[in-house]
Amino acid sequence: MHHTPPPFFKRGPAPLVRLLFFASLSLALLVIDARFRYVEGLRSWLALAAYPLQRAATAPIDLLSAVSEYLSTQASLIAENERLRERALANAQGAQRYLAAQAEAGELRRLIGAAEKLPVQSTPAEVLYLGRDPYSHKLFIDRGAVQGVKAGSPVADETGVVGQITRVHSLVSEVTLLTNPDQAIPVQVVRNGLRAVAFGGGNTGTLELRYMPANAEVQPGDRLVTSGLDGVYPAGLVVASVVSVERDPEHSFARVVCRPTAGVDRGRYVLILTSDVAPPPRPDEAQSSKDRRSDKTRRARAKEKQGDDSQ
Amino acid sequence: MIPSSSQILQPVRLSTIVGSFAVALFLNFLPWRDLRPVPDFVALVLAFWCVRQPRLVGLGVAWTLGLLSDAGNGVLLGQHALAYSLLAFLAVWLSRRILWFGPMLQSLHIALILLASQAAVLFVRLAAGDAFPGWPIFVAPLIAAALWPVVTWLLLLRQRRPANEQAI
Repeated sequence: MHHTPPPFFKRGPAPLVRLLFFASLSLALLVIDARFRYVEGLRSWLALAAYPLQRAATAPIDLLSAVSEYLSTQASLIAENERLRERALANAQGAQRYLAAQAEAGELRRLIGAAEKLPVQSTPAEVLYLGRDPYSHKLFIDRGAVQGVKAGSPVADETGVVGQITRVHSLVSEVTLLTNPDQAIPVQVVRNGLRAVAFGGGNTGTLELRYMPANAEVQPGDRLVTSGLDGVYPAGLVVASVVSVERDPEHSFARVVCRPTAGVDRGRYVLILTSDVAPPPRPDEAQSSKDRRSDKTRRARAKEKQGDDSQ
Repeated sequence: MIPSSSQILQPVRLSTIVGSFAVALFLNFLPWRDLRPVPDFVALVLAFWCVRQPRLVGLGVAWTLGLLSDAGNGVLLGQHALAYSLLAFLAVWLSRRILWFGPMLQSLHIALILLASQAAVLFVRLAAGDAFPGWPIFVAPLIAAALWPVVTWLLLLRQRRPANEQAI
């Protein structure tokens, strides 16, 4: 005799089977995303679907700031005005000197026949929210491919470099902060022009100059600016100041810890810096820049893994 | 002892479920100052519906929500999808057992489930080559579990019958 269960007992496949199905689907996606980056289209669509909620989530903050602006008293406004006027005066002096120096530098550069420095445009953007994962060191801004944002552009605030755009969706973009351990930025010590590469220090919120020889001329208090050697960051943006230098005779490298000048984890508004003209290709590179970047991150990851294993 | 599921409730409305997920996603996208102690509201609401309505909300919903929050947060696609699938499985599997307990013991069960899903996230991150982020990562699930009685009260609000009707 053949028994079939009544229809109200039918509940589809067993939960364990479903778990295995969805878990393997997730793992497959993870591997595809981490290794091959084939699913960027799907990611963009999902990001677009989440966009209204993201916008809605920043609305109460905007409302609060609007209300507090409205309610700010006259006294505080006068005080702020005074402060701003003082700062404007100080800035004006600096700006005059900057203009003179720029003109002089341009003249000198023409004299030696070097290429004119590329003009840099800046687009203001608002920070939508930080990545849900507090250890990923990413934030999201409200400008995307529709507004002409390109992946790889540096992002700065009024005091210095914040990070770099690593992924562009249609209406939002993802910024990887300087403090991300996978993020590197070429810098230069202002005092003596020494070149170095600063890496993110992770959750400590600091940067680290790696592979600096133990006798390198760096001291606490030194200011670091971008050197512009990579063709990604324009030269001369303020990055960080050196906090401590440890020279251990047992190691061949000094440990240099710096603190970023920009509000990497604060602030609501940032600037996206773009230069229209692409720099000329480097002579020894046949690969396209995109391949190069993904190669670089992969190599960096592999290196870190090796480091972890050896510890 | 009377299981807490023996309260006679009105059937759930689909709009309640959809609305609660929208609110949870909204709360997750709020620009929090420090994210470490902030509970994952989507995981909490998902656990609630998996326990209360295992036939309506299950692994498929969990997986879709996971993908959405992966894309929204710019992490590896599939990280939260895996964690939420595991969470939904545990919640559906334990739903009959959990409903038999009082609010405090229910929270304890939920804490274990949320910790397991957080462990899945951590596992994926470590496998992808990140450094161990430290033990504070497990504080948020415990806070979320402490919110369980509040969430239960809020989300059952629309299903409760008026008191006079219940007395009959």
